[in-house]
Amino acid sequence: MNIHSTPKLTAAETALIDAFGERFSELPGDATVAVKRDDAVEALKAGLPTRRVEAWHYTDLRRLLTNVPGYDSTLAARAKPALLAGSTVLPVLNGVSGAGASIDGATVTRLVDKLLDGSFAPALGPREPADTVGALNTAFVADGYFIDIAAGAEIAAPIEIQNVQAGGQTHSRFPVRVGQGAKATIVERQTGAGNALTSSISHLTLGEDAELLWIIVQDQPDGATCLSQFNAELAKGSRLTLFFMNAGSKLVRQEIRVRMPGEGADFKLRGINLLSGDTHCDVTMMLDHLAENTTSTEIVRNVANGAAKGVFQGQIKVAKDAQKTDAKMACNTLLLSDEAEFSTKPELEIFADDVACGHGATVTEIDRNHLFYLMARGIDEKTARGLLVKAFVAEIIEELEDEATVEVLEGILDDWFAEHV
Amino acid sequence: MLEIRNLHARIAESGVEIIRGLNLTVKAGEVAAIMGPNGSGKSTLSYVIAGREDYEVTEGDILYNGESILEMDPAERAAKGVFLAFQYPMEIPGVATMEFLKVAVNSQRKARGEAELKVPEFIRRVKEEAASLGIDFAMLKRPLNVGFSGGEKKRAEILQMKLLEPKLCVLDETDSGLDIDALKVVADGVNALRSPDRAMVVITHYQRLLDLIVPDTVHVLYKGQVIKSGDKDLALELERDGYAGLIGEAA
Repeated sequence: MNIHSTPKLTAAETALIDAFGERFSELPGDATVAVKRDDAVEALKAGLPTRRVEAWHYTDLRRLLTNVPGYDSTLAARAKPALLAGSTVLPVLNGVSGAGASIDGATVTRLVDKLLDGSFAPALGPREPADTVGALNTAFVADGYFIDIAAGAEIAAPIEIQNVQAGGQTHSRFPVRVGQGAKATIVERQTGAGNALTSSISHLTLGEDAELLWIIVQDQPDGATCLSQFNAELAKGSRLTLFFMNAGSKLVRQEIRVRMPGEGADFKLRGINLLSGDTHCDVTMMLDHLAENTTSTEIVRNVANGAAKGVFQGQIKVAKDAQKTDAKMACNTLLLSDEAEFSTKPELEIFADDVACGHGATVTEIDRNHLFYLMARGIDEKTARGLLVKAFVAEIIEELEDEATVEVLEGILDDWFAEHV
Repeated sequence: MLEIRNLHARIAESGVEIIRGLNLTVKAGEVAAIMGPNGSGKSTLSYVIAGREDYEVTEGDILYNGESILEMDPAERAAKGVFLAFQYPMEIPGVATMEFLKVAVNSQRKARGEAELKVPEFIRRVKEEAASLGIDFAMLKRPLNVGFSGGEKKRAEILQMKLLEPKLCVLDETDSGLDIDALKVVADGVNALRSPDRAMVVITHYQRLLDLIVPDTVHVLYKGQVIKSGDKDLALELERDGYAGLIGEAA
């Protein structure tokens, strides 16, 4: 239970509650959805979480959320070329989905239709009292896509969910169901222009023996706020690789919630946080090993410059029945300035007795000897630092193996370095 | 080409003075050997020439082609043609050797206003020079110096030197850690670079390197000063008699 002793609402809290009042009649959904929205907004009225709420200890949302732009349907967001060549792009422009695309082996439905007929209502609502992202999104969710990949389908071309902002406020959902034995790659882009406030929640259900690569790239402008949640449930023998890169926004809260109820399921998390300026980025993972022989590895690499603050909370729970679980988590940070900060909180809760679980965290600075060596070969300081920083994070990308994908993601790194290092 | 005048330098962090009034002149085309007992300041001298910021110059000057280089950072010095072959080359995980070589060569070309080398031409040059130094090209696909043996690291330093074509080469104990065959390969590489418009400063403890890279001048460093200069015979004398006599004279 969260007790907020602060009686007075902040400007941001007031703006959110007022926006709900103004928008409620226009928000899509049947009566079951409306009930969920009402409940969710009640949770917001109790106030945004402060550092006294454990899940938000390093990200005092009440203090940090100051940017609540109005909803503005007249803003134009422009779709971008696909990140990976040949992808099927599913755009959500300023919070509104386009027509569903036709993909061999998959069905794509606009989420607004599933809100209107109420079929999506059961998935709405906060997961627990501290699930502020879930509550905020439930109150305002207006669109997104439902992607249903048929059993046995092998979809070669990546499917790109392109969530493009135009500076207003948008709230979207992306449920994805992958049938038994299917294989696919999904790219989720959180991008756009202006100082938008975005909440975006995806739900992935991975069928037995299915294999999925999900790549999240968040490169919103410096003033944006991006609150997101990635939920996944892995059936027996399924394999999920989740790669994320945060290279933008003023305030980021990215929750990764993965449950492994299926025996032999495997989860790989590979993440890169590139932080600069006066920004705050919080990646919070909650992973449940619920069945035997489930395996997971998590590697997060962070580069923090300027006065940026970063957070990685990694919680791994191993249930009593999840014997032979193998989980390894690592969080490595490179600090490029004296004012930059990074907080890492690993949390292991193990109830099974025959498991291998480990975690490690490091914080380093650029090695001055390395820098001197590169400069002594005529490489100017900026380029040399860029090479060293890239060396620190690039191996996470190179693990993806597909050359074209590696090249595109390293290109984002290079652009970020050119601008921020 | 290189003129060091009354140089005083200390370790920035501790303030301990290592170079104490050093004078040294090396002309274009000259190979100068720097010898001296451990702790005499040989490696420090090489770092100060290259511009390592762990050392502070408190007095004197280093002129390169008549221009002081003290205010330049290591990259600027390198672009002007100063090269240090490290005694202990750094291992840099994550930086691919080929990528590093390409960036280094093109950074210097760019700084000098020359066009960047095209990739095929660059690779051809690297292959050629690597072969002449007995370097397996596959080694260059690994991260920079990571997992290289001592000998491989020294060869890689000479490879860099050949690719970058510097005008002033400072070799800091390039012979250490090399067996006699590797030493010959490395010395051949260095000798191939000898030219009338290039100067070399060869720092070593041992005559065996100077048998292969025959110096024009030999300078003995002790307590941060050059206490004696001579021709290649001075090195032979030192090999025979040790430093004790000389140090006694200087004291």
